[in-house]
Amino acid sequence: MEMNQYLEVFIEESKEHLQACNEQLLELEKKPEDIKIVNEIFRSAHTLKGMSATMGYEDLANLTHQMENVLDAIRNQKIKVNAEILDVVFLAVDDLEAMVHSIAEGGDGKRDVSEAVAKLKLIEMGQNPAQAEAKAETAVAMAEPSAAVKSTYDEFEWTVIQQSREQGFEIYEISVALREDCLLKAARVYMIFEVLEKMGEVIKATPSVDQLEEEQFDQEFSITIVTQESREDVQQKLLKVSEVEKADVVPLSLDDLRQQEPEKEEEVRTPSAGSIVAETLSNEGKKAPAAKQASNKTIRVNIERLDILMNLFEELVIDRGRLEQISREVNNQELHETVEHMSRISGDLQNIILNMRMVPIETVFNRFPRMVRQLARDLNKKINLEIVGAETELDRTVIDEIGDPLVHLIRNALDHGVETPEIRKANGKSEEGSVILKAYHSGNHVFIEIEDDGAGINKEKVISKALKNGIITEQAAAALSDKQAYELIFASGFSTAEKISDVSGRGVGLDVVKNTIESLGGSVSIDSKVGQGSIFSIQLPLTLSIISVMLVEIEEEKFAIPLSSIIETAIIKKGDILSAHNQKVIDFRGKVVPLLSLKEIFNVPSEHQEGEFLSVVIVRKGEKMAGLIVDSFIGQQEVVLKSLGNYLTNVFAISGATILGNGQVALIVDCNALIK
Amino acid sequence: MTEAAAADLKLIVFQLKNKEYAIPVNQVRSIEKVQHITRVPRTAGFVKGVINLRGVVTPIISLRSRFNLEEAEYTDQTRVIISVLEDMEVGLIVDSANDVIDVSAESIEPPPEVVGAEEADFIKGVTKIEKRLMILIDLEKVLNPDELAIQSGTEGM
Repeated sequence: MEMNQYLEVFIEESKEHLQACNEQLLELEKKPEDIKIVNEIFRSAHTLKGMSATMGYEDLANLTHQMENVLDAIRNQKIKVNAEILDVVFLAVDDLEAMVHSIAEGGDGKRDVSEAVAKLKLIEMGQNPAQAEAKAETAVAMAEPSAAVKSTYDEFEWTVIQQSREQGFEIYEISVALREDCLLKAARVYMIFEVLEKMGEVIKATPSVDQLEEEQFDQEFSITIVTQESREDVQQKLLKVSEVEKADVVPLSLDDLRQQEPEKEEEVRTPSAGSIVAETLSNEGKKAPAAKQASNKTIRVNIERLDILMNLFEELVIDRGRLEQISREVNNQELHETVEHMSRISGDLQNIILNMRMVPIETVFNRFPRMVRQLARDLNKKINLEIVGAETELDRTVIDEIGDPLVHLIRNALDHGVETPEIRKANGKSEEGSVILKAYHSGNHVFIEIEDDGAGINKEKVISKALKNGIITEQAAAALSDKQAYELIFASGFSTAEKISDVSGRGVGLDVVKNTIESLGGSVSIDSKVGQGSIFSIQLPLTLSIISVMLVEIEEEKFAIPLSSIIETAIIKKGDILSAHNQKVIDFRGKVVPLLSLKEIFNVPSEHQEGEFLSVVIVRKGEKMAGLIVDSFIGQQEVVLKSLGNYLTNVFAISGATILGNGQVALIVDCNALIK
Repeated sequence: MTEAAAADLKLIVFQLKNKEYAIPVNQVRSIEKVQHITRVPRTAGFVKGVINLRGVVTPIISLRSRFNLEEAEYTDQTRVIISVLEDMEVGLIVDSANDVIDVSAESIEPPPEVVGAEEADFIKGVTKIEKRLMILIDLEKVLNPDELAIQSGTEGM
């Protein structure tokens, strides 16, 4: 069967389900008693199984099937959740992720899953340390033989049940099992429901009716109905439906339900004291919005289409500019009004289109709890990860790039920042270290902070290391401020951990982090207090596609200089220009700043002689500055950043282009290339 | 198209200094009139700059300059052929472009040994229709990025 057209959907959805599994598993680790969470995981795993079987990925289906069995056992309280079981399930999810990844990369999604399957099977059979205990517990739970209530009821259903009971109806919980060779399960489900609906009212089905109709169940399902018929009649009628193997009808008494009620509340309210290794506090706060999100309807759109939409829209903006000009010339009131209205609408449209490209940073953050949990185990540390502001939105292009640098920084915080529990105890801190990952908007930027309460950065150690590795000279070292010293850890070839661990590598990581962030137009800084921890703060532009620039004119040509690299503009007298080593310099607020003529750098055909006064844009790259001489300043503008295409790559000192209101292209100056 | 049987190639015909050249139609996205070109500094001499092609910044090269012919003033006839090669889109400035012809693949002959020094490098073949001789250009060689680098070294102005 031709599956290609579904493959993309399959991969996307699989990823989502796996992510849901991961999140819920972490949640489960915190609240091992919460059956609702197990249900969530089960549902994700089940869907995944169905999808992968349809798509013909057998290994994937096998493993999910096995995982599902274990989850089912947990759900039915045959096994009790403990850390070992969760480890195995996590392992299985890892395998699943690897397989989905392989499929996404065009592979066949095959992988040796026998280890994970075997482990899951062992668990399913109850072979694990906590087994004896678990059995005892189940025995207690099963003490009331017929009253083992399978479904849980929400408040609404509970009210319906109560009222029906008051009106003299009977409530039955029915477990129906279809024959294993049943082919059209959905059809049987339909028939069963038809029979039941003739007798009374179905108030609850587990799994849900929708899922049943889509055959998302194995052989068994349970239904709760309100009816006036007797128990035997109900059972007889159900068994008449062909291919129904078994129909257990259990009358529900209000006592059963009441019993269930307080129990349920307990589950929700007591955050269990289970073995918590990595915990996401944000999850607690996230619960409410998460529920709301589920009802939001979304569609998937290829990012390329959004780019096309954006391009078309820019065309429209350019035409709008022309129309405005024409309307001014024609001076017709009606035309004025129409054009103005159109301008306003297109302004709104622009906001919407730009917003469409924004993605919550959650998509990057949500893989970290899992990573921190694993790392904390590997490093034998206790770490609590707190995520704040996961809903902060960033342009899609930035999101795609920011993941790896963050992984590096978090690993760094875990490995070099947070101490081992013993040391922490000795220093009078709590054994559990905390790492806070925080994102927030400020102005036109997004800030991401990684804060740990670990050992902090030892300035002396950093400097001595930098001296040893020849990164700075002794003279320079003496003059360094604290911040400048910390920055040294971003230099390449730097590693402060005494031992090299697999976790945060050999000091190649952090300089890569810095480079990546700077290539995104952002910056990274460090603040630290010895003994109290460090904060790595990343500043990123909101979007890469729209930037603020200063337009300048050189002869007939217009260039755009990114506002992010401009310190200020100045007008200087020719007489103030000094000369040092064949380089023109000026004294700018007590600093010697080299002067560069953009006209010379860009070979602008020149006709005029320079006047007595020069317009200069002072730009910076890190701590270094330069003054760019231009003819005149036009003004500040938000522009759409565009590339020069694949033909003209690596043009000196030009980082891209933009289209101005009059439809012409202006080049964007890359100040980083101008300052050595 | 009379008797479409042998017509396996559709060519766009353009003129450069009284000679006729051709480029397969599948390598052409569109033909535009000359509009404002923004110069890009420090690039090869034949790179005239970039234009705004319906919201996409597109580089433009002068084919005359690329073939080492003398430059000409732009006229009403001057056209920009937006050509596509893999993931590159580049505009070629030509004297005029106003014809589309169908030829059979067999009618294309290898370039004759002596056709003038430089442009011979960019020729894929020639084809004759009635009395017209058309030179089929090799877009891959015309848009060779390596040459872009060499040129920018020497013509750095």
